[in-house]
Amino acid sequence: MAQIVIKNLKKQFGDFTAVRESSFTIEDGEFFMLLGPSGCGKTTTLRMIAGLELPTSGEIYLDGEEISQRPPSERDIAFVFQMFALYPHMNVYKNISYPLVSQGMPRAAVRDKVNEVAKILGIEDILKRPVGGLSGGDRQRVALGRAIVREPKAFMMDEPLGALDAEFREHMAEELRALHDRMGATTVYVTHDQLEAMQMGDKIVVMNNAVVEQFGTPQEIYDKPATMFVADFIGSPSMNFLSFHGKVGDGATNVAMQNADFTIPRTREPFEGDLAFGVRPEHIKISDAAPFRAEILATEYLGTTQIVTLQTAAGSVKARISAQKAARAGDTVGLEFNPATVTLFDRQSGRALRSELNEGVLHG
Amino acid sequence: MSSFSITEPSNRTKWFAGTLVIAYALITMIPLVWIGLTGFKSPADAISYPPKYIIGSDSEAGFQPTLEGYVNLFTTRTRQTEEFLANNPPENWADEIVRQYDMVIVGPSKFGERFLNSVIIGFGSTFLSVFLGTLAAYAFSRFKIPLADDLLFFILSTRMMPPIAVAIPIFLMYRNLGLSDTHLGMILLYTAVNISLAVWLLKGFIDEIPREYEEAALIDGYTRFQAFYKVVLPQAATGIASTAIFCLIFAWNEYAFAVLLTTANAQTAPPFIPTIIGIGGLDWPAIAAGVTIFVLPVMIFTILLRKHLLRGITFGAVRK
Repeated sequence: MAQIVIKNLKKQFGDFTAVRESSFTIEDGEFFMLLGPSGCGKTTTLRMIAGLELPTSGEIYLDGEEISQRPPSERDIAFVFQMFALYPHMNVYKNISYPLVSQGMPRAAVRDKVNEVAKILGIEDILKRPVGGLSGGDRQRVALGRAIVREPKAFMMDEPLGALDAEFREHMAEELRALHDRMGATTVYVTHDQLEAMQMGDKIVVMNNAVVEQFGTPQEIYDKPATMFVADFIGSPSMNFLSFHGKVGDGATNVAMQNADFTIPRTREPFEGDLAFGVRPEHIKISDAAPFRAEILATEYLGTTQIVTLQTAAGSVKARISAQKAARAGDTVGLEFNPATVTLFDRQSGRALRSELNEGVLHG
Repeated sequence: MSSFSITEPSNRTKWFAGTLVIAYALITMIPLVWIGLTGFKSPADAISYPPKYIIGSDSEAGFQPTLEGYVNLFTTRTRQTEEFLANNPPENWADEIVRQYDMVIVGPSKFGERFLNSVIIGFGSTFLSVFLGTLAAYAFSRFKIPLADDLLFFILSTRMMPPIAVAIPIFLMYRNLGLSDTHLGMILLYTAVNISLAVWLLKGFIDEIPREYEEAALIDGYTRFQAFYKVVLPQAATGIASTAIFCLIFAWNEYAFAVLLTTANAQTAPPFIPTIIGIGGLDWPAIAAGVTIFVLPVMIFTILLRKHLLRGITFGAVRK
């Protein structure tokens, strides 16, 4: 059980920078998600923590000890690979026992330990089978078994559900989370699936282009995005951005856009220039009287809610409204935005303007 | 289900392909069978026309099998006077066979020794090629080596001309180094020729083994070298086996260097067998017997590893 501190971690492959000066802290027992699109450096970060890559610069502390240059065998960190990487020439029992054998544990103790783990994972009856013929789910369980059997300080998981079919993923995600809660071990989990990250994680780091964009709880990441990238990457449909040229003062509580006036969380800095008015689909209300007008382009019925696509003078938006509400393509309606949830972004840099709403939000 | 299938060939296609394969196998096997038969013929039967090819038959095409060829291959003989032959009865069955030509066996021939040389040099150089080749291929496959592509090309370039093209420099070099006509010299030479093949073949096989297996082993507490021999080697067994066969076949059959660089001490079987021709006329049965024995080890080695070989030749064709 361990706390992991990442300090100014950087990794370069030749001229290519995979991870740029990242810092964050993973608390003891946390289920920690590294989230981002493919090629953003999340897997490289994970591999550096495990010792499969050596950082170009920066430090990694495991329980206060600097480990960034140690070989993986001296770190006591387990790793679950995306394709499981079960040893193909060994059966299930041997696969799970392999980390214990390397420690020179006596045979009888190994057997007890493997049986105990097999019981936790519900794979006692396949211990003698070769790994070649196993189903995806069983392979996944064997890979987990191999990781948990030695009771490491922390688990690294590289998209462990990526190789499973959609139906089984959900089930396995729950199993994983339950396993984590039962063992309470620090877990770092890489995924590109924002739903998975929101559903399973205690904390999320969002990475993009080798940079940590934001670091926080799923709620923080969703409600208080630090950058336009995070706002766009998280949520489905993602946050709406209305583009306009405008100006806000320090401490302002409203902003003028397209001749309409909107209440916003109190700002903490002045800004003038190209702005994006960010609002989540569920925080948009359609009201006939509102002065900000939009034309309905399309509606998408989802059972309890519907997604309405509208064209405004500042760009198109998607609104999530009750399915009962009448919305016909071609109608012109007025839009209202929940003022407490609005985030203004500097469109040039993508950074969220500081305000009452996003105080205390952590950048990378 | 229709009877037509894209993946499964029709019965007629299968029948045709089967016939073709069997015909090809028969054609390629005829020389081998002929050599095998000739080894058991008498010198007269071996060159008779029309040829004789049915064992133990009294018909026109039949011949009585004899071990004469094998006896001649393994012994040296001298002609004796009638008086000597009358006073000294044959010592054993082999002696009896040579008596019909008024000869007696005076000792073993060099064939056994030459054959052993072939075994030592052939298997020695195969082991060394595969051992060094596996290590080099692993390094090329897994580590970032400066100028890796150039080095690989350089290794391959040693095969871009026939090895015999450098025979004269090697001959002079070996003479100066004292490697001429030594087992070590021949092992080193065949290893040098084979190593490029070994590195390239094995690199292909090792490239196909996912890195995650080793990384899993590293995570599980093993060192890089332990990960290599406990996880990578078992996975590469197929590639190693087929590479070993290719290396052995080359080293085993090599003739030109063997003629040039070996004489009394380290001579291998290929240059020795033709020298039989010089001893007492064209003794075809003895030559055929020598060839038969010479072919056997490679055949046995290949049959033992054929499961791997089949996978090996088609490697890369099927992605798992």
